[in-house]
Amino acid sequence: MTEPIVELEQVTKSYGTHTVLKDISITLEPGKFYTLLGPSGCGKTTILRTISGFTTVTSGNVLFKGKRINDVPANKRNVNTVFQDYALFPHMTVAENVAFGLTLKKMPKDQIDERVNQALRLVQLADFGDRAIDELSGGQQQRIAIARAIVMQPQVLLLDEPLSALDAKLRREMQYELRDLQQRLGITFLFVTHDQEEALAMSDEIFVMNQGEVLQSGSPVDIYDEPINHFVADFIGESNILPGKMMGDYQVAFGGHQFECADAGIPVNEPVEIVIRPEDLNLTEPEHAKLKVTIDTQLFRGDYYEISATDRLGNDWLIHSVNPAEDGETIGITFRPQDLHVMRYDEKEEEFDARLETYEGTEDDDLDET
Amino acid sequence: MMTLTKRKTWFYFIPYGLWLGLFVIAPLALIFYQSFFNLDHHFTFSNYANYFQSLTYLKMTLNSVWYALLITVFTGLISYPTAYFLHGLKHRQFWLLLVILPTWINILLKAYAFIGIFSQAGIANQFLSFIGIGPQQILFTNASFVFVATYIQIPFMILPIYNALDDLSPAFINASQDLGASGWQTFQRVIFPLTLPGVKAGVQAVFIPSLSLFMLTRLIGGNKVITLGTAIEEHFLTTMNWGMGSTIGVVLIVAMVIVMLLTGDQKPKGGTPR
Repeated sequence: MTEPIVELEQVTKSYGTHTVLKDISITLEPGKFYTLLGPSGCGKTTILRTISGFTTVTSGNVLFKGKRINDVPANKRNVNTVFQDYALFPHMTVAENVAFGLTLKKMPKDQIDERVNQALRLVQLADFGDRAIDELSGGQQQRIAIARAIVMQPQVLLLDEPLSALDAKLRREMQYELRDLQQRLGITFLFVTHDQEEALAMSDEIFVMNQGEVLQSGSPVDIYDEPINHFVADFIGESNILPGKMMGDYQVAFGGHQFECADAGIPVNEPVEIVIRPEDLNLTEPEHAKLKVTIDTQLFRGDYYEISATDRLGNDWLIHSVNPAEDGETIGITFRPQDLHVMRYDEKEEEFDARLETYEGTEDDDLDET
Repeated sequence: MMTLTKRKTWFYFIPYGLWLGLFVIAPLALIFYQSFFNLDHHFTFSNYANYFQSLTYLKMTLNSVWYALLITVFTGLISYPTAYFLHGLKHRQFWLLLVILPTWINILLKAYAFIGIFSQAGIANQFLSFIGIGPQQILFTNASFVFVATYIQIPFMILPIYNALDDLSPAFINASQDLGASGWQTFQRVIFPLTLPGVKAGVQAVFIPSLSLFMLTRLIGGNKVITLGTAIEEHFLTTMNWGMGSTIGVVLIVAMVIVMLLTGDQKPKGGTPR
């Protein structure tokens, strides 16, 4: 394992009695794209500010390359930030904005010009140096804000919801560009967003946060396929979450039936929650079905139909299907054992990981073949 | 519908129009008109000729500008740090109110208060005696005039600067620090340039009135500093040479226009402030 570049060790931040960060421990490795994902007010921006140096922590340590930087002021840290509202200086031109940090270092002028041009080329705005900030569009300002940060050649770039002010199309373009930029520069990006799609598309690793806590961390696929609890399952993607009961290893009961599943290590008879993604459900004839549901409504979403249905116990089901169904029709649904994901109530991330360790690896292979 | 809206607009314009006509345009026109008449009520350009040929008047003009400049510079030097400090305080609205409070008191009353403070037996001299320097002539000196004028003008400079600081987004300060700027560098390169419009507004509010401060030159300065304001007062009330007084008035107005143009809101090259 490479040496981590940024570490937070049991970081807590309180304002009076109000705690915004609770015992946060995260590790960032060099050259990876990390995302802090959570609803607004969950503390993700506060984490960014503890790393950039604009917020002091109440307790715990902030480490940069293994050195404690709790007391190092923001202007002495080798990290740079792309701010949510860009914060480009309105009294300077584009080039002056990008050069700002370098001129403070008393760098020779020709060297500054060279690096500014290089940074502007990198964000594809090479000819914009002489423009005024208010002559730029939102997307262009966004790129200049990135150029102004990366011209400093930081080892960690912090991005505070940088795409939130852009329209949907531009946002998608910038997702590709940011990912591409991160890979070309090879530096660590820590990206803050409340948009799960953005997080899934760009990240190497996601930290899902809520109410000042990191609930789960892992690759986008891990988090999508194996959410740790109701909040994560609900926040990331769309899902059917149903109450159930564990009947033994790889056996779970819900919706009035017992099914084979891919989870183990949970005591028998423990109440659990089952997650099934709508795209993992397939419509079939009622006689071949694992469960029978009645179609309530459906919406055409372009590449699929979003079908809303109810089973005989009254549970709501959301199904994504390429074929339409008929309203009021009783229809069968099927799913594979590995499409079911079982979540225990109040399981912490370490317990969850430890439990997965006990049976994954061996079982994963033969389950995938079914 | 159209005529109704038009009539309505007209209606709202009436108070402003009256005010503008009666208290701005008419006095300006009268001063301009008067400046072309001599003591015998004959039309003449001699007032202007006199003004620009007489060393006394030119010296007086220079004097006015010089003292107004001094007052503005001192006011600025005190007001910017004060506004900056006030802006960082917790109950800043309250402290700002304390700064504004003295402006509610009549300038004449404040002048008389300073006569008491600066007089031979005043508090200032008592203090000087106490620390062993002994009583000095404070009242009726140029320094006391500048001191009191600065005191009176300070709130008018603090307010626009305070407002400019208030409008400044903290994100700019964060961005500057993030890029490695120290506190002083951030001030120099980001905070001050972005609050310059406030300083300019303050300069306008202080410099122009300071050109014609006649009450303080007499009461505090002991008429040692003769400014254009004093000259106008003398011409209208003592020598009764309304023509000459008006001419000086016209010169003052032109000076004000020049200051307005110099400190006006030009568009900076990087875009509009704020």
